[in-house]
Amino acid sequence: MAAITDIPVRKGSEPPTAIELKHRRKAMRSSILRYGLLTLVGLVMIYPLIWLVGASFKTNAEMFSSAGFWPKEPTLSGYIEGWQTSTPYTFGKFFVNTLWIIIPKTIGTAISCTLVAYGFARFDFPGKKFLFMTVIATLLLPNVVTRIPQYLLFRDIGWLDSFLPLWVPSALAGDAFFVFMVIQFLRAIPRDMEEAARVDGATTLQTLVYIVVPMLMPALISVCLFQFMWTMNDFLGPLIYISSVEKYPVSLALKLSIDTTEAFAWNQILAMSVLALAPSLAVFFMAQKYFIEGISSGGVKG
Amino acid sequence: MGGESKWMGLWYVSPYVIGLLLFTAFPFLASFYLSFTDYDLLNKPEWVGTANYEKLFTRDRTFDKSLKVTLIYVFTTVPLKLAFALFIAVVLNYRLKAINLFRTAYYVPSILGGSVAIAVLWRYIFADTGLVNMMLGSLGMEPINWFGDPENALFTITLLRCWQFGSAMVIFLAALQSVDKSLYEAAAIDGAGPWKIFRHITLPLITPVIFFNLIMQTVQAFQEFNGPYIITDGGPMKSTYLLPLYIYDKAFKSFDMGYASAIAWVLFAIIMVLTLIAFWSSKKWVYYAGDKRS
Repeated sequence: MAAITDIPVRKGSEPPTAIELKHRRKAMRSSILRYGLLTLVGLVMIYPLIWLVGASFKTNAEMFSSAGFWPKEPTLSGYIEGWQTSTPYTFGKFFVNTLWIIIPKTIGTAISCTLVAYGFARFDFPGKKFLFMTVIATLLLPNVVTRIPQYLLFRDIGWLDSFLPLWVPSALAGDAFFVFMVIQFLRAIPRDMEEAARVDGATTLQTLVYIVVPMLMPALISVCLFQFMWTMNDFLGPLIYISSVEKYPVSLALKLSIDTTEAFAWNQILAMSVLALAPSLAVFFMAQKYFIEGISSGGVKG
Repeated sequence: MGGESKWMGLWYVSPYVIGLLLFTAFPFLASFYLSFTDYDLLNKPEWVGTANYEKLFTRDRTFDKSLKVTLIYVFTTVPLKLAFALFIAVVLNYRLKAINLFRTAYYVPSILGGSVAIAVLWRYIFADTGLVNMMLGSLGMEPINWFGDPENALFTITLLRCWQFGSAMVIFLAALQSVDKSLYEAAAIDGAGPWKIFRHITLPLITPVIFFNLIMQTVQAFQEFNGPYIITDGGPMKSTYLLPLYIYDKAFKSFDMGYASAIAWVLFAIIMVLTLIAFWSSKKWVYYAGDKRS
Protein backbone atom coordinates (compact mmCIF):
# COMPACT_ATOMS: atom_id res chain seq x y z
CA MET A 1 0.00 0.00 0.00
CA ALA A 2 0.68 3.63 -0.23
CA ALA A 3 3.49 5.97 0.05
CA ILE A 4 5.33 3.17 1.56
CA THR A 5 6.89 1.82 -1.56
CA ASP A 6 8.07 5.35 -1.96
CA ILE A 7 11.73 4.47 -1.97
CA PRO A 8 13.74 7.14 -3.75
CA VAL A 9 15.22 6.04 -7.01
CA ARG A 10 18.69 7.45 -7.41
CA LYS A 11 19.16 9.75 -10.35
CA GLY A 12 22.54 9.76 -12.01
CA SER A 13 24.60 8.13 -14.68
CA GLU A 14 25.95 5.13 -12.77
CA PRO A 15 24.33 1.85 -13.87
CA PRO A 16 21.45 0.74 -11.65
CA THR A 17 22.07 -2.16 -9.35
CA ALA A 18 19.91 -5.25 -9.37
CA ILE A 19 18.07 -4.12 -6.28
CA GLU A 20 17.35 -0.76 -7.83
CA LEU A 21 16.00 -2.41 -10.95
CA LYS A 22 13.76 -4.55 -8.82
CA HIS A 23 12.49 -1.51 -7.02
CA ARG A 24 11.88 0.34 -10.26
CA ARG A 25 9.93 -2.56 -11.68
CA LYS A 26 7.93 -2.73 -8.50
CA ALA A 27 7.29 1.01 -8.52
CA MET A 28 6.20 0.79 -12.16
CA ARG A 29 3.74 -2.00 -11.45
CA SER A 30 2.44 -0.12 -8.48
CA SER A 31 1.87 3.08 -10.50
CA ILE A 32 0.01 1.22 -13.23
CA LEU A 33 -2.20 -0.40 -10.64
CA ARG A 34 -2.81 2.91 -8.94
CA TYR A 35 -3.61 4.81 -12.11
CA GLY A 36 -5.92 2.03 -13.27
CA LEU A 37 -7.81 1.93 -10.01
CA LEU A 38 -8.01 5.70 -9.63
CA THR A 39 -9.24 6.19 -13.18
CA LEU A 40 -11.91 3.56 -12.74
CA VAL A 41 -13.13 5.08 -9.48
CA GLY A 42 -12.95 8.55 -11.03
CA LEU A 43 -15.19 7.46 -13.89
CA VAL A 44 -17.73 6.00 -11.49
CA MET A 45 -17.67 9.27 -9.55
CA ILE A 46 -18.09 11.57 -12.49
CA TYR A 47 -20.15 9.58 -14.96
CA PRO A 48 -23.51 10.16 -13.24
CA LEU A 49 -22.93 13.91 -13.56
CA ILE A 50 -21.91 13.63 -17.20
CA TRP A 51 -24.90 11.41 -17.89
CA LEU A 52 -27.13 14.01 -16.25
CA VAL A 53 -25.93 16.70 -18.64
CA GLY A 54 -26.43 14.45 -21.67
CA ALA A 55 -29.83 13.25 -20.47
CA SER A 56 -31.09 16.79 -20.04
CA PHE A 57 -30.89 17.17 -23.84
CA LYS A 58 -32.64 13.89 -24.53
CA THR A 59 -36.27 13.32 -25.32
CA ASN A 60 -38.35 11.62 -22.67
CA ALA A 61 -38.56 8.50 -24.78
CA GLU A 62 -34.81 8.17 -25.01
CA MET A 63 -34.07 8.84 -21.35
CA PHE A 64 -34.68 5.33 -20.10
CA SER A 65 -33.58 3.42 -23.14
CA SER A 66 -29.87 4.17 -23.47
CA ALA A 67 -27.04 4.49 -21.02
CA GLY A 68 -24.95 6.60 -23.37
CA PHE A 69 -24.10 10.22 -22.97
CA TRP A 70 -24.91 11.58 -26.43
CA PRO A 71 -28.57 12.24 -27.15
CA LYS A 72 -29.71 10.80 -30.47
CA GLU A 73 -32.05 13.67 -31.21
CA PRO A 74 -30.80 16.52 -29.04
CA THR A 75 -33.58 18.80 -27.91
CA LEU A 76 -33.74 21.92 -25.80
CA SER A 77 -37.35 21.31 -24.87
CA GLY A 78 -36.40 20.16 -21.36
CA TYR A 79 -34.77 23.52 -20.73
CA ILE A 80 -37.40 25.64 -22.44
CA GLU A 81 -40.41 23.97 -20.84
CA GLY A 82 -38.71 23.32 -17.53
CA TRP A 83 -37.74 26.97 -17.20
CA GLN A 84 -41.42 27.95 -17.40
CA THR A 85 -42.39 25.69 -14.47
CA SER A 86 -45.95 24.88 -13.50
CA THR A 87 -46.09 27.98 -11.30
CA PRO A 88 -46.70 31.59 -12.40
CA TYR A 89 -42.93 32.15 -12.09
CA THR A 90 -39.97 31.03 -14.14
CA PHE A 91 -36.83 29.44 -12.76
CA GLY A 92 -35.21 32.83 -13.20
CA LYS A 93 -37.26 34.07 -10.28
CA PHE A 94 -36.13 31.14 -8.15
CA PHE A 95 -32.49 31.79 -8.98
CA VAL A 96 -32.91 35.44 -7.97
CA ASN A 97 -34.50 34.31 -4.70
CA THR A 98 -31.61 31.94 -4.05
CA LEU A 99 -29.09 34.72 -4.58
CA TRP A 100 -31.13 36.96 -2.36
CA ILE A 101 -30.81 34.37 0.39
CA ILE A 102 -27.14 33.67 -0.24
CA ILE A 103 -25.62 37.14 -0.53
CA PRO A 104 -26.73 38.72 2.78
CA LYS A 105 -26.15 35.43 4.57
CA THR A 106 -22.61 35.10 3.26
CA ILE A 107 -21.69 38.71 4.00
CA GLY A 108 -23.14 38.40 7.50
CA THR A 109 -21.20 35.20 8.08
CA ALA A 110 -17.90 36.71 6.95
CA ILE A 111 -18.25 39.85 9.07
CA SER A 112 -19.46 38.13 12.22
CA CYS A 113 -16.87 35.36 11.99
CA THR A 114 -14.10 37.93 11.61
CA LEU A 115 -15.17 39.92 14.67
CA VAL A 116 -15.70 36.84 16.81
CA ALA A 117 -12.50 35.13 15.75
CA TYR A 118 -10.57 38.33 16.47
CA GLY A 119 -12.10 38.48 19.94
CA PHE A 120 -11.24 34.86 20.69
CA ALA A 121 -7.79 34.76 19.16
CA ARG A 122 -6.42 38.11 20.35
CA PHE A 123 -8.04 39.04 23.68
CA ASP A 124 -8.47 37.71 27.15
CA PHE A 125 -11.81 38.28 28.75
CA PRO A 126 -13.91 36.76 31.50
CA GLY A 127 -15.60 33.55 30.43
CA LYS A 128 -13.45 33.11 27.31
CA LYS A 129 -12.64 29.47 28.00
CA PHE A 130 -16.24 28.61 28.59
CA LEU A 131 -17.42 30.46 25.48
CA PHE A 132 -14.82 28.75 23.35
CA MET A 133 -16.03 25.41 24.66
CA THR A 134 -19.52 26.32 23.55
CA VAL A 135 -18.15 26.83 20.02
CA ILE A 136 -16.90 23.25 20.02
CA ALA A 137 -20.11 21.99 21.62
CA THR A 138 -22.22 23.78 19.01
CA LEU A 139 -20.06 22.24 16.32
CA LEU A 140 -21.13 18.82 17.54
CA LEU A 141 -24.68 19.74 18.50
CA PRO A 142 -27.16 18.19 16.07
CA ASN A 143 -29.45 20.90 14.65
CA VAL A 144 -32.34 18.55 14.92
CA VAL A 145 -32.62 19.26 18.63
CA THR A 146 -32.90 23.06 18.31
CA ARG A 147 -34.99 23.24 15.15
CA ILE A 148 -38.50 23.14 16.61
CA PRO A 149 -38.05 25.94 19.20
CA GLN A 150 -36.20 27.99 16.59
CA TYR A 151 -39.23 27.66 14.37
CA LEU A 152 -41.51 28.68 17.24
CA LEU A 153 -39.29 31.65 18.02
CA PHE A 154 -39.34 32.87 14.41
CA ARG A 155 -43.07 32.35 14.31
CA ASP A 156 -43.59 34.43 17.44
CA ILE A 157 -41.56 37.35 16.12
CA GLY A 158 -43.34 37.16 12.77
CA TRP A 159 -40.40 36.10 10.62
CA LEU A 160 -41.99 33.06 9.00
CA ASP A 161 -42.16 33.13 5.22
CA SER A 162 -39.31 35.63 5.08
CA PHE A 163 -35.57 35.20 4.58
CA LEU A 164 -34.76 36.50 8.06
CA PRO A 165 -34.62 33.04 9.73
CA LEU A 166 -32.07 32.06 7.10
CA TRP A 167 -30.00 35.25 7.39
CA VAL A 168 -29.96 36.29 11.03
CA PRO A 169 -28.50 33.21 12.80
CA SER A 170 -25.58 33.19 10.37
CA ALA A 171 -25.06 36.94 10.77
CA LEU A 172 -24.70 36.28 14.50
CA ALA A 173 -21.86 33.80 13.94
CA GLY A 174 -24.25 30.89 14.22
CA ASP A 175 -22.25 28.54 12.02
CA ALA A 176 -19.78 27.16 14.53
CA PHE A 177 -17.76 25.44 11.84
CA PHE A 178 -16.81 28.75 10.25
CA VAL A 179 -16.13 30.50 13.55
CA PHE A 180 -13.86 27.66 14.54
CA MET A 181 -12.07 27.65 11.20
CA VAL A 182 -11.31 31.39 11.30
CA ILE A 183 -10.18 31.25 14.95
CA GLN A 184 -7.75 28.45 14.15
CA PHE A 185 -6.46 30.33 11.13
CA LEU A 186 -5.97 33.55 13.07
CA ARG A 187 -4.19 31.80 15.92
CA ALA A 188 -1.56 30.61 13.50
CA ILE A 189 -0.77 34.17 12.30
CA PRO A 190 2.02 35.96 14.22
CA ARG A 191 0.98 39.09 16.09
CA ASP A 192 4.02 41.29 15.33
CA MET A 193 2.33 43.54 12.79
CA GLU A 194 -0.70 44.05 14.98
CA GLU A 195 1.44 44.90 17.97
CA ALA A 196 3.43 47.41 15.91
CA ALA A 197 0.20 49.05 14.77
CA ARG A 198 -1.05 49.23 18.34
CA VAL A 199 2.17 50.83 19.49
CA ASP A 200 1.70 53.42 16.73
CA GLY A 201 -1.63 54.29 18.29
CA ALA A 202 -4.12 52.36 16.16
CA THR A 203 -7.31 51.28 17.92
CA THR A 204 -8.16 47.57 18.01
CA LEU A 205 -10.82 48.11 15.38
CA GLN A 206 -8.37 49.87 13.05
CA THR A 207 -5.89 47.07 13.63
CA LEU A 208 -8.57 44.54 12.78
CA VAL A 209 -9.64 46.28 9.58
CA TYR A 210 -6.25 47.30 8.20
CA ILE A 211 -3.93 44.57 9.45
CA VAL A 212 -5.86 41.44 10.44
CA VAL A 213 -8.52 41.31 7.73
CA PRO A 214 -6.02 41.38 4.83
CA MET A 215 -4.12 38.50 6.44
CA LEU A 216 -7.33 36.57 7.07
CA MET A 217 -8.43 36.83 3.44
CA PRO A 218 -7.67 33.23 2.41
CA ALA A 219 -9.71 31.90 5.35
CA LEU A 220 -12.54 34.34 4.71
CA ILE A 221 -12.69 33.40 1.05
CA SER A 222 -12.99 29.74 2.08
CA VAL A 223 -15.76 30.64 4.50
CA CYS A 224 -17.69 32.57 1.84
CA LEU A 225 -17.31 29.80 -0.73
CA PHE A 226 -18.48 27.09 1.66
CA GLN A 227 -21.37 29.21 2.82
CA PHE A 228 -22.33 29.82 -0.81
CA MET A 229 -22.36 26.08 -1.54
CA TRP A 230 -24.15 25.06 1.60
CA THR A 231 -26.82 27.71 1.20
CA MET A 232 -27.23 26.82 -2.45
CA ASN A 233 -27.78 23.19 -1.39
CA ASP A 234 -29.84 23.95 1.69
CA PHE A 235 -33.26 22.40 1.46
CA LEU A 236 -34.57 21.87 4.97
CA GLY A 237 -34.18 25.53 6.03
CA PRO A 238 -36.30 26.96 3.21
CA LEU A 239 -38.67 23.98 3.45
CA ILE A 240 -39.53 24.89 7.03
CA TYR A 241 -39.48 28.68 6.81
CA ILE A 242 -40.56 29.64 3.29
CA SER A 243 -44.14 28.91 2.37
CA SER A 244 -45.08 31.17 -0.55
CA VAL A 245 -43.94 30.00 -3.95
CA GLU A 246 -42.94 33.51 -4.93
CA LYS A 247 -40.11 33.33 -2.35
CA TYR A 248 -38.95 29.79 -3.20
CA PRO A 249 -35.25 29.22 -3.74
CA VAL A 250 -34.11 26.80 -6.46
CA SER A 251 -33.97 23.80 -4.11
CA LEU A 252 -37.64 24.08 -3.15
CA ALA A 253 -38.69 24.89 -6.71
CA LEU A 254 -36.97 21.75 -7.93
CA LYS A 255 -38.73 19.62 -5.36
CA LEU A 256 -42.00 21.26 -6.35
CA SER A 257 -41.40 20.44 -9.99
CA ILE A 258 -40.77 16.78 -9.12
CA ASP A 259 -44.05 16.66 -7.28
CA THR A 260 -46.03 18.37 -10.00
CA THR A 261 -44.54 17.29 -13.32
CA GLU A 262 -42.99 13.94 -12.70
CA ALA A 263 -45.34 11.64 -14.53
CA PHE A 264 -44.57 12.94 -17.98
CA ALA A 265 -41.69 15.38 -18.14
CA TRP A 266 -38.47 13.81 -16.89
CA ASN A 267 -36.21 15.82 -19.12
CA GLN A 268 -37.56 19.09 -17.72
CA ILE A 269 -36.62 18.06 -14.22
CA LEU A 270 -33.18 16.88 -15.28
CA ALA A 271 -32.61 20.08 -17.26
CA MET A 272 -33.47 22.20 -14.23
CA SER A 273 -31.25 20.00 -12.06
CA VAL A 274 -28.35 20.76 -14.38
CA LEU A 275 -29.04 24.48 -14.01
CA ALA A 276 -29.36 24.12 -10.23
CA LEU A 277 -25.95 22.47 -10.03
CA ALA A 278 -24.24 24.82 -12.46
CA PRO A 279 -23.52 27.74 -10.10
CA SER A 280 -21.97 25.47 -7.47
CA LEU A 281 -19.84 23.69 -10.05
CA ALA A 282 -18.72 26.96 -11.61
CA VAL A 283 -17.73 28.42 -8.25
CA PHE A 284 -15.95 25.22 -7.29
CA PHE A 285 -13.87 25.08 -10.44
CA MET A 286 -12.95 28.74 -10.22
CA ALA A 287 -11.80 28.46 -6.63
CA GLN A 288 -11.08 24.84 -5.80
CA LYS A 289 -7.82 25.69 -4.08
CA TYR A 290 -9.76 27.45 -1.33
CA PHE A 291 -12.10 24.52 -0.84
CA ILE A 292 -9.36 21.97 -0.51
CA GLU A 293 -7.34 24.19 1.81
CA GLY A 294 -10.36 25.15 3.84
CA ILE A 295 -11.46 21.62 4.43
CA SER A 296 -8.00 20.23 5.10
CA SER A 297 -7.04 22.93 7.58
CA GLY A 298 -10.39 22.86 9.34
CA GLY A 299 -10.17 19.11 9.58
CA VAL A 300 -6.58 18.55 10.51
CA LYS A 301 -6.58 21.18 13.16
CA GLY A 302 -9.75 19.79 14.67
CA MET B 1 -2.55 42.51 23.35
CA GLY B 2 -5.38 43.45 25.68
CA GLY B 3 -4.26 46.24 27.92
CA GLU B 4 -7.04 48.81 27.70
CA SER B 5 -9.87 46.81 29.09
CA LYS B 6 -10.67 43.21 29.69
CA TRP B 7 -14.09 43.80 28.19
CA MET B 8 -12.79 44.63 24.72
CA GLY B 9 -12.63 40.96 23.67
CA LEU B 10 -16.11 40.34 24.95
CA TRP B 11 -17.30 43.22 22.80
CA TYR B 12 -15.92 41.52 19.70
CA VAL B 13 -17.45 38.15 20.52
CA SER B 14 -20.80 39.67 21.47
CA PRO B 15 -22.51 38.76 18.15
CA TYR B 16 -21.66 35.15 18.87
CA VAL B 17 -22.92 35.38 22.46
CA ILE B 18 -26.25 36.85 21.35
CA GLY B 19 -26.61 34.22 18.63
CA LEU B 20 -25.66 31.46 21.05
CA LEU B 21 -28.28 32.51 23.59
CA LEU B 22 -31.07 33.16 21.10
CA PHE B 23 -30.62 30.43 18.54
CA THR B 24 -28.82 27.65 20.37
CA ALA B 25 -29.05 27.78 24.16
CA PHE B 26 -32.65 28.88 24.44
CA PRO B 27 -33.97 26.48 21.75
CA PHE B 28 -31.94 23.67 23.27
CA LEU B 29 -33.57 24.09 26.68
CA ALA B 30 -36.96 24.87 25.17
CA SER B 31 -37.03 21.67 23.17
CA PHE B 32 -36.22 19.70 26.31
CA TYR B 33 -39.15 21.37 28.03
CA LEU B 34 -41.44 20.87 25.04
CA SER B 35 -40.65 17.16 24.99
CA PHE B 36 -42.63 16.89 28.25
CA THR B 37 -45.62 18.72 26.85
CA ASP B 38 -48.45 18.33 24.44
CA TYR B 39 -48.32 21.27 22.05
CA ASP B 40 -50.30 21.66 18.84
CA LEU B 41 -49.42 25.33 18.10
CA LEU B 42 -53.02 26.43 18.71
CA ASN B 43 -53.29 25.94 22.45
CA LYS B 44 -50.61 26.60 25.03
CA PRO B 45 -48.13 23.77 25.69
CA GLU B 46 -49.68 21.43 28.22
CA TRP B 47 -47.42 19.58 30.66
CA VAL B 48 -47.83 15.83 30.31
CA GLY B 49 -44.79 14.58 32.22
CA THR B 50 -43.05 11.64 30.62
CA ALA B 51 -46.09 10.59 28.61
CA ASN B 52 -44.42 11.35 25.25
CA TYR B 53 -41.42 9.21 26.09
CA GLU B 54 -43.56 6.40 27.44
CA LYS B 55 -45.57 6.36 24.24
CA LEU B 56 -42.40 6.42 22.15
CA PHE B 57 -40.86 3.44 23.84
CA THR B 58 -43.93 1.30 24.43
CA ARG B 59 -46.64 1.98 21.90
CA ASP B 60 -45.16 3.69 18.87
CA ARG B 61 -44.31 1.12 16.22
CA THR B 62 -43.39 3.78 13.69
CA PHE B 63 -40.74 4.96 16.10
CA ASP B 64 -39.37 1.43 16.55
CA LYS B 65 -39.14 0.99 12.82
CA SER B 66 -37.65 4.43 12.28
CA LEU B 67 -35.06 3.99 15.02
CA LYS B 68 -34.02 0.62 13.66
CA VAL B 69 -33.71 1.96 10.13
CA THR B 70 -31.70 4.95 11.37
CA LEU B 71 -29.24 2.78 13.27
CA ILE B 72 -28.78 0.46 10.30
CA TYR B 73 -28.27 3.44 8.04
CA VAL B 74 -25.66 5.10 10.26
CA PHE B 75 -23.75 1.92 11.03
CA THR B 76 -23.46 0.96 7.39
CA THR B 77 -22.95 4.39 5.84
CA VAL B 78 -20.29 5.78 8.16
CA PRO B 79 -17.88 2.79 8.13
CA LEU B 80 -18.30 2.20 4.39
CA LYS B 81 -17.78 5.84 3.54
CA LEU B 82 -14.77 6.28 5.82
CA ALA B 83 -13.11 3.03 4.77
CA PHE B 84 -13.52 3.97 1.13
CA ALA B 85 -12.30 7.52 1.73
CA LEU B 86 -9.22 6.26 3.56
CA PHE B 87 -8.49 3.61 0.96
CA ILE B 88 -8.62 6.11 -1.90
CA ALA B 89 -6.59 8.65 0.07
CA VAL B 90 -3.90 6.03 0.64
CA VAL B 91 -3.82 5.12 -3.04
CA LEU B 92 -3.66 8.79 -4.00
CA ASN B 93 -0.90 9.58 -1.54
CA TYR B 94 1.89 8.74 -3.91
CA ARG B 95 4.00 10.64 -6.32
CA LEU B 96 1.35 10.56 -8.99
CA LYS B 97 1.45 13.30 -11.58
CA ALA B 98 -2.29 13.57 -11.80
CA ILE B 99 -2.96 13.69 -8.08
CA ASN B 100 -4.75 17.04 -8.24
CA LEU B 101 -6.92 15.95 -11.13
CA PHE B 102 -8.06 12.84 -9.28
CA ARG B 103 -8.56 14.72 -6.06
CA THR B 104 -10.82 17.18 -7.86
CA ALA B 105 -12.80 14.46 -9.60
CA TYR B 106 -13.43 12.72 -6.29
CA TYR B 107 -14.27 15.89 -4.49
CA VAL B 108 -16.91 17.19 -6.90
CA PRO B 109 -19.73 14.87 -5.76
CA SER B 110 -19.35 15.92 -2.14
CA ILE B 111 -19.34 19.61 -3.01
CA LEU B 112 -22.80 19.12 -4.48
CA GLY B 113 -23.64 17.37 -1.25
CA GLY B 114 -27.19 17.21 -0.07
CA SER B 115 -28.58 19.27 -2.94
CA VAL B 116 -32.00 18.45 -4.28
CA ALA B 117 -30.61 18.17 -7.80
CA ILE B 118 -28.28 15.34 -6.76
CA ALA B 119 -31.12 13.51 -5.04
CA VAL B 120 -33.12 13.90 -8.26
CA LEU B 121 -30.22 12.51 -10.25
CA TRP B 122 -30.02 9.52 -7.90
CA ARG B 123 -33.68 8.85 -8.35
CA TYR B 124 -33.20 8.66 -12.08
CA ILE B 125 -30.04 6.62 -12.29
CA PHE B 126 -31.38 4.01 -9.87
CA ALA B 127 -34.83 3.90 -11.44
CA ASP B 128 -36.07 0.53 -12.71
CA THR B 129 -34.89 1.25 -16.23
CA GLY B 130 -32.33 3.84 -15.15
CA LEU B 131 -28.64 4.11 -15.86
CA VAL B 132 -27.47 1.58 -13.27
CA ASN B 133 -29.86 -1.16 -14.33
CA MET B 134 -29.07 -0.55 -18.00
CA MET B 135 -25.40 -1.01 -17.20
CA LEU B 136 -26.08 -4.15 -15.18
CA GLY B 137 -28.12 -5.39 -18.14
CA SER B 138 -25.28 -4.83 -20.57
CA LEU B 139 -23.08 -6.89 -18.27
CA GLY B 140 -25.65 -9.64 -18.46
CA MET B 141 -26.95 -9.18 -14.93
CA GLU B 142 -30.50 -9.03 -13.71
CA PRO B 143 -31.85 -5.54 -13.04
CA ILE B 144 -32.24 -4.66 -9.36
CA ASN B 145 -35.31 -3.07 -7.91
CA TRP B 146 -33.38 -0.35 -6.08
CA PHE B 147 -36.09 1.82 -4.62
CA GLY B 148 -39.13 -0.40 -4.90
CA ASP B 149 -37.81 -3.14 -2.67
CA PRO B 150 -37.66 -2.35 1.07
CA GLU B 151 -34.56 -4.52 1.28
CA ASN B 152 -32.60 -2.30 -1.10
CA ALA B 153 -33.96 1.20 -0.75
CA LEU B 154 -31.95 2.16 2.31
CA PHE B 155 -28.76 0.85 0.80
CA THR B 156 -29.31 3.03 -2.26
CA ILE B 157 -29.29 6.07 0.03
CA THR B 158 -26.14 4.70 1.65
CA LEU B 159 -24.58 4.46 -1.82
CA LEU B 160 -25.47 8.09 -2.46
CA ARG B 161 -23.62 9.21 0.65
CA CYS B 162 -20.67 6.92 -0.03
CA TRP B 163 -20.43 8.47 -3.48
CA GLN B 164 -19.82 11.70 -1.59
CA PHE B 165 -16.75 10.42 0.22
CA GLY B 166 -14.65 13.29 -1.15
CA SER B 167 -14.53 15.67 1.80
CA ALA B 168 -13.53 12.91 4.22
CA MET B 169 -10.92 11.80 1.70
CA VAL B 170 -9.42 15.27 1.34
CA ILE B 171 -9.00 15.40 5.12
CA PHE B 172 -7.37 11.95 5.17
CA LEU B 173 -5.10 12.91 2.31
CA ALA B 174 -3.92 16.06 4.06
CA ALA B 175 -3.09 13.98 7.14
CA LEU B 176 -1.26 11.34 5.12
CA GLN B 177 0.81 14.00 3.40
CA SER B 178 1.89 15.42 6.73
CA VAL B 179 3.34 12.10 7.92
CA ASP B 180 7.10 12.36 8.16
CA LYS B 181 8.58 10.48 5.18
CA SER B 182 11.74 9.56 7.05
CA LEU B 183 9.70 7.22 9.25
CA TYR B 184 8.78 5.18 6.17
CA GLU B 185 12.35 5.04 4.99
CA ALA B 186 13.59 3.95 8.39
CA ALA B 187 10.97 1.21 8.57
CA ALA B 188 11.71 0.04 5.02
CA ILE B 189 15.40 -0.23 5.84
CA ASP B 190 14.46 -2.34 8.86
CA GLY B 191 12.71 -4.64 6.41
CA ALA B 192 9.07 -3.88 7.16
CA GLY B 193 6.69 -4.64 4.30
CA PRO B 194 4.09 -2.18 2.95
CA TRP B 195 1.20 -3.60 4.94
CA LYS B 196 3.21 -3.63 8.18
CA ILE B 197 4.29 -0.05 7.61
CA PHE B 198 0.72 1.02 6.93
CA ARG B 199 -0.59 -0.83 9.95
CA HIS B 200 2.08 0.25 12.43
CA ILE B 201 3.20 3.67 11.21
CA THR B 202 0.67 5.34 8.94
CA LEU B 203 -2.49 4.25 10.70
CA PRO B 204 -1.46 5.26 14.24
CA LEU B 205 -0.23 8.64 13.01
CA ILE B 206 -3.50 9.53 11.35
CA THR B 207 -5.79 8.32 14.16
CA PRO B 208 -6.62 11.92 15.22
CA VAL B 209 -8.04 12.55 11.76
CA ILE B 210 -9.87 9.23 11.69
CA PHE B 211 -11.40 10.21 15.01
CA PHE B 212 -12.41 13.65 13.69
CA ASN B 213 -13.98 12.19 10.54
CA LEU B 214 -15.72 9.47 12.51
CA ILE B 215 -17.42 11.94 14.84
CA MET B 216 -18.39 14.43 12.14
CA GLN B 217 -19.72 11.79 9.75
CA THR B 218 -21.69 10.04 12.47
CA VAL B 219 -23.36 13.23 13.67
CA GLN B 220 -24.14 14.07 10.05
CA ALA B 221 -25.48 10.61 9.17
CA PHE B 222 -27.89 10.64 12.10
CA GLN B 223 -29.38 13.83 10.66
CA GLU B 224 -29.76 12.64 7.08
CA PHE B 225 -32.92 14.16 5.68
CA ASN B 226 -32.67 15.34 2.07
CA GLY B 227 -31.79 11.98 0.53
CA PRO B 228 -34.65 9.86 1.86
CA TYR B 229 -37.13 12.76 1.81
CA ILE B 230 -36.61 13.55 -1.86
CA ILE B 231 -35.68 10.17 -3.28
CA THR B 232 -37.98 7.75 -1.51
CA ASP B 233 -40.10 9.90 0.79
CA GLY B 234 -39.35 7.42 3.56
CA GLY B 235 -40.71 4.44 1.68
CA PRO B 236 -41.27 1.79 0.59
CA MET B 237 -42.90 0.42 3.74
CA LYS B 238 -41.00 2.97 5.82
CA SER B 239 -37.72 1.26 4.96
CA THR B 240 -36.00 4.64 4.55
CA TYR B 241 -38.03 6.49 7.14
CA LEU B 242 -35.11 7.87 9.16
CA LEU B 243 -35.76 9.61 12.46
CA PRO B 244 -35.27 13.14 11.06
CA LEU B 245 -38.10 12.45 8.61
CA TYR B 246 -40.31 11.25 11.41
CA ILE B 247 -39.51 14.35 13.45
CA TYR B 248 -40.22 16.58 10.48
CA ASP B 249 -43.58 14.92 9.82
CA LYS B 250 -44.61 15.08 13.46
CA ALA B 251 -43.55 18.70 13.87
CA PHE B 252 -44.41 20.32 10.58
CA LYS B 253 -47.15 18.14 9.16
CA SER B 254 -49.13 17.02 12.20
CA PHE B 255 -47.97 19.99 14.33
CA ASP B 256 -47.38 17.70 17.26
CA MET B 257 -44.50 19.80 18.58
CA GLY B 258 -44.21 18.13 21.99
CA TYR B 259 -44.00 14.63 20.61
CA ALA B 260 -41.62 15.70 17.85
CA SER B 261 -39.35 17.29 20.47
CA ALA B 262 -39.34 14.04 22.43
CA ILE B 263 -38.18 12.11 19.34
CA ALA B 264 -35.55 14.78 18.69
CA TRP B 265 -34.27 14.37 22.23
CA VAL B 266 -34.04 10.60 21.90
CA LEU B 267 -32.07 11.10 18.70
CA PHE B 268 -29.89 13.67 20.43
CA ALA B 269 -29.30 11.34 23.38
CA ILE B 270 -28.19 8.54 21.05
CA ILE B 271 -25.78 10.85 19.23
CA MET B 272 -24.44 12.20 22.50
CA VAL B 273 -23.89 8.78 24.07
CA LEU B 274 -22.06 7.58 20.95
CA THR B 275 -19.96 10.74 20.84
CA LEU B 276 -19.06 10.33 24.51
CA ILE B 277 -18.12 6.70 23.94
CA ALA B 278 -15.95 7.80 21.03
CA PHE B 279 -14.23 10.48 23.13
CA TRP B 280 -13.76 8.15 26.04
CA SER B 281 -12.37 5.34 23.93
CA SER B 282 -10.17 7.75 21.99
CA LYS B 283 -7.66 7.72 24.85
CA LYS B 284 -7.01 4.11 23.97
CA TRP B 285 -6.66 4.37 20.22
CA VAL B 286 -6.06 7.95 19.17
CA TYR B 287 -2.39 8.76 19.05
CA TYR B 288 -1.36 12.36 19.63
CA ALA B 289 2.26 13.04 18.88
CA GLY B 290 3.49 15.25 21.71
CA ASP B 291 3.58 18.30 19.52
CA LYS B 292 2.35 21.34 17.69
CA ARG B 293 -1.28 20.69 17.34
CA SER B 294 -2.51 18.67 20.27
